[in-house]
Amino acid sequence: MKRLLLLLLFAAPAALAAPVVPDTVAERARACLSCHAAEGRRVKDEYYPRLAGKPAGYLLNQMLHFRDGRRQNRAMALLMENLSDAYLAELAAYFSTLPATYLPASANAAHAESRPAPALVSQGDPARKIPACTACHGKEMLGVAPAIPGLLGLPADYLSAQFGAWKVGTRRAAAPDCMAEIARQLTEREVSEMANWLATRPLPADSRPAKALAAALPMQCGSVTAPAVKP
Amino acid sequence: MRRAGLRFGLLLAVLGVALLTGSWLAEREDDASAAVAAVPADQVARGAYLARAGNCAGCHTARGGPVYAGGRELSTPFGTFVTPNITPHRDSGIGQWGAQDFWRAMHHGKARDGRPLYPAFPYTEYTRVTREDSDAIFAYLQTVTPVSQQVAPNRLNFPYNLRPLLYVWRALYFRPGVYQPSSTQSAEWNRGAYLVQGLGHCNACHATRNALGAAGGAALGGGQVAGRSWYAPSLTSMVEAGSGGRSIDETARLLSTGIAGTSAAAGPMAEVIAQSLQHLSAADVRAMAVYLQSISVAAILQSDQSELTAEPKLRVEKGAAIYDKHCKDCHGASGKGAPGIYPALAGNRGVTMASPLNTIRSVLDGGFTPVTAGNPRPYGMPPFAHALSNEEVAQVVSYIRNSWGNRASVVSAVQVDKSGSD
Repeated sequence: MKRLLLLLLFAAPAALAAPVVPDTVAERARACLSCHAAEGRRVKDEYYPRLAGKPAGYLLNQMLHFRDGRRQNRAMALLMENLSDAYLAELAAYFSTLPATYLPASANAAHAESRPAPALVSQGDPARKIPACTACHGKEMLGVAPAIPGLLGLPADYLSAQFGAWKVGTRRAAAPDCMAEIARQLTEREVSEMANWLATRPLPADSRPAKALAAALPMQCGSVTAPAVKP
Repeated sequence: MRRAGLRFGLLLAVLGVALLTGSWLAEREDDASAAVAAVPADQVARGAYLARAGNCAGCHTARGGPVYAGGRELSTPFGTFVTPNITPHRDSGIGQWGAQDFWRAMHHGKARDGRPLYPAFPYTEYTRVTREDSDAIFAYLQTVTPVSQQVAPNRLNFPYNLRPLLYVWRALYFRPGVYQPSSTQSAEWNRGAYLVQGLGHCNACHATRNALGAAGGAALGGGQVAGRSWYAPSLTSMVEAGSGGRSIDETARLLSTGIAGTSAAAGPMAEVIAQSLQHLSAADVRAMAVYLQSISVAAILQSDQSELTAEPKLRVEKGAAIYDKHCKDCHGASGKGAPGIYPALAGNRGVTMASPLNTIRSVLDGGFTPVTAGNPRPYGMPPFAHALSNEEVAQVVSYIRNSWGNRASVVSAVQVDKSGSD
């Protein structure tokens, strides 16, 4: 009873005072969540990928790309416009620590299980100097910290659209832009086969990105070797 | 279309008048005597500071491009201007210019070869800058990294692409003249006036532009930002962004940190604070606040207490449900927000001013207040363009404008422009 009285004494003025806004990164990151749901989401025609659990350097690079016009998205460009590298790095680090939750693989996943992986995924094409996806994105293709993203748990049309954007130059990364070089060599058919296959992969129980590369990168990638800001 | 026709008609009319009076022939340059010699290192440092105050880099840098190398596109009702490269590169920049050429651009609005410049370059304001300050900015610009970058030509609509017509425009709207201090005001007030009217070129946005793109009406009286769906509020009116109701400290804090009291900078103003104002000395920002407070005019507030009619009332009521779902968490059930974090909407003049443009824009695009030394980790607002229909945006904005004692016109879906024009 006494405790309850005390509680009431303290609670009453607090209820009248201005709301207490937590001084945390999580509170600051709320502005991102109306689009970027924990596991990614689709609103009308647009797909908003998840941010949780992605490598911090990758997230930071993307925010800088949007802000500085190397990736095109009006909403992201406006939101990032007046934010500093250091503040964006803080937001990136925050999202990278959140546990990744994935959308369930597409409905036809079971059917796709039996389908063989396109050769490009695990072997690349040495004749065209295209490395295997797994050579950079990790054996499990869950990404490699700090700057290489995972390829699983993303819808096929989103994956295809990224290749399209690299091809026409509306998605760019720090030079040398390895993904742009690869995308320019791939045919539409190859892209769509890989995207469809990747989108239907089941996810392992531990879906965190690898901590380090197993071997040296097969090609020079500016975003990996020279990130704008060390997160 | 009708507006374009009107503009063209007006242009022809003034062209006739100007020809008759021969006013363009009367234009001549009175040049102040050559630069006062200064210690170069000091001069360069001062020039760097003044270039910040004028936010030269803001327009003369493309998104993500090299600083001062130009290439930023400014869309206006007259066409698209592409800002020039002002790095000291000999071929594509201003490497061959002298201080005199630079003065001619700043003070007289003319290029090195004597051609008149388009007033998208705000020489109508920069003309108030002293020769000494102009020379310092030039000295500084000559020290930045030269960048070889030819920018694309302007893409202007007929007849604005006819440069000689600028002589007419200048005869009508441009009087060169350095800022003349007022002897009845303090040094601080004069410094503020010099910065606001001159390098700050506040009037370039905060004034209504007439059909020929000249700032018309009262100075700093508010107007839509050229080519953008933002309204730069009046800095004199107390029902808009006049500083009369604020302390000088609060105005200064708003200018240097981007957030103070119920105000939070958004859109083009957030950019100005991030790139320019936050870098100014406390004394200069305070001087600007002193001047701004002095020009603030109390408005006769006619508080409208009449009942809303049925249709607007319904719209406001529908907006309440949207507010509860999307806005209440941060801005509070009573619209009080959280001071310094989430701006109050109740009693916020930015919300209740006649133009609903900025409130609509904020709901559509969201945004963070700028990162500044005084507010290095700003809170932000999510965009709602993807989540709400035009009608829903109109409803929630109508609700915000008519709740908690706020009273302003209701907004309709046709006023909601999702594309934005920037």
